[in-house]
Amino acid sequence: MSLQLPPMLIYAGRRLLHGVPVILMIMVGTFLLLKLAPGDTVDALVGDMGGADAKFIERLRMEYGLDQPVWVQLWRYMAKLAQFDFGWSFVYEQPVSEVLLDRLGTTLLLMATSLSFAFTIGCVLGAIAARRAYSLTDNVISVLGLVFYATPSFFLSLVMIVVFSVKLGLLPVGGIQTIAAFYTGWDHVLDVARHLIMPTSALALIYLALYMRLMRTSVIEVAELDYVRTARAKGAGEARLMIHHITRNALLPVITLLGLQFSAVLGGSVVVETIFSLPGLGQLAYQSVVQRDMNTLMGIIFLCSIVVIVVNFLTDLLYARLDSRIELT
Amino acid sequence: MSETDRTLRPAEPSRLVVFWQRYRRNRAALLGLVLFAVVLAMAATAGLIEPVDPLRRAGTPLTWPFQNWQTPLGTDQLGRDILAGLFHGARISLLIGVVATLISVGIGVLIGALAGYFGGWLDDLLMRITEAFQTIPNFVLLLTLVAILGSSIENIILAIGIVSWTAPARLVRAEFMSLRQREFVDAARNLGLSDAAIIFREILPNALPPVIVFASVIMALAILLESALAFLGLGDPNYASWGNMIGQGRNVLRTAWYCAMIPGIAILLTVLSFSLLGEGLNEALNPRQKKT
Repeated sequence: MSLQLPPMLIYAGRRLLHGVPVILMIMVGTFLLLKLAPGDTVDALVGDMGGADAKFIERLRMEYGLDQPVWVQLWRYMAKLAQFDFGWSFVYEQPVSEVLLDRLGTTLLLMATSLSFAFTIGCVLGAIAARRAYSLTDNVISVLGLVFYATPSFFLSLVMIVVFSVKLGLLPVGGIQTIAAFYTGWDHVLDVARHLIMPTSALALIYLALYMRLMRTSVIEVAELDYVRTARAKGAGEARLMIHHITRNALLPVITLLGLQFSAVLGGSVVVETIFSLPGLGQLAYQSVVQRDMNTLMGIIFLCSIVVIVVNFLTDLLYARLDSRIELT
Repeated sequence: MSETDRTLRPAEPSRLVVFWQRYRRNRAALLGLVLFAVVLAMAATAGLIEPVDPLRRAGTPLTWPFQNWQTPLGTDQLGRDILAGLFHGARISLLIGVVATLISVGIGVLIGALAGYFGGWLDDLLMRITEAFQTIPNFVLLLTLVAILGSSIENIILAIGIVSWTAPARLVRAEFMSLRQREFVDAARNLGLSDAAIIFREILPNALPPVIVFASVIMALAILLESALAFLGLGDPNYASWGNMIGQGRNVLRTAWYCAMIPGIAILLTVLSFSLLGEGLNEALNPRQKKT
């Protein structure tokens, strides 16, 4: 026994291997999208130079390997992607990977704040609704949930801008920090936080509603299980039951959903980052579409997919850690 | 089949009546139905009651709502009638919702049925493709497809269908996997029916109810995706869609916020109606299923 790897590690390894075929599929997919798009790298390059003669274009095509059979091109493309080489961005005059790295931090920050907000508030409200099931509180929370779920993030963003920025003048309309204020230390953190309040709420609201509904159902279900009744019979108070016995198991489906939906939240950041001019991957995706920067767009798709796969992997590990019923083999 | 039907006595109320009786019990679902009927009526009468072209100037620009009864809900910065835009937008949103849902469910049913029925390597392959589609953030893929295909309304509908088929595919696959081992499928196979006949005539009708319920979710999602696209200015400029109106209203947000708010509320209520409809359908079609 002592010589064997811990089961958690084996499970993690198996889960990681599972991601490989998906990554390969996405590589092939982005290659197909690039081929479908009108114009190739050489067209972009020539356009950037302001035109060139046919012979030179021919030579460029050869240099970029565009005269090779499709499968050779595919192979080279995948080999490059595997090294995070996404080609050159003709809009930013930089390698795409550098453009992406500049933007990744903002998006991850927005994801982290939005998902923690949605998860915490959603689970607390869902648990409250479940403990008072079919009461007035429960009904109010459920109706709010339905309305939140139906509110498009861009609409909510505009409402918040009108109320909090235009009418009340409380919050900044956009950007990630006050320009030319040069805050340092805690002032800088507070400044960024103030800029993130509206984008975070706009992105989080739909997911908050979803987590709330799922948590409500889940708590009601778990509260009826035998082990909870046993704990109650042994004299555990309601507060202790809720915190120590019910919540941990009731959270499991919510965590699964959190992992499954991470990619949708990333997609939602396109709209929110564009409205609030946050310099993240979402805003970059929008700008790349407008400016027809296909290399950057494909880079975003690939990088976002990797982020989604990593997050799914981590939520699976968390799930396995929390739920001892899961067999790790 | 008809033999057993004839021996059932006394006659039960028709399926439709039973369905309606179950549906009616949920008051929220009834509200959803009313909202949906309103949107449907708006879409059907666009251009009839309000004979104003939503893309043409109808009055003084930036008239506030309830100021001039020629334009009851006011005009935008180009003097276009907001009420007319709302009616025509309903038509566009419903059209996009319905067709995109058909495409999405069509792809989903095909892939889910093949994967669930045949299993084995085909299932593995199709599921990896499904996972790849689920991994790519759908709105980013939608932007990319629209950038490649162009932003005519047909292409937008097609692209929305392409980015939203994974959930129905998984649903159909799960149904097929449980149904393919049932006795009636064995019976059909022993009678010599072809795989295609078993898939489409025997299993599919039994696998459809959860898909129909889910279709209302996809419909809401499709409307949200299109409006987000139009809001960003990447929609079809030849149609007055709600997202378009909000996107243009954004430019005058500080002074005339109603330009963005009115179509925004329309989207909110439409999506709400689909969610409520979906819940009602779920309870009426799958009464034994646990509420989720």
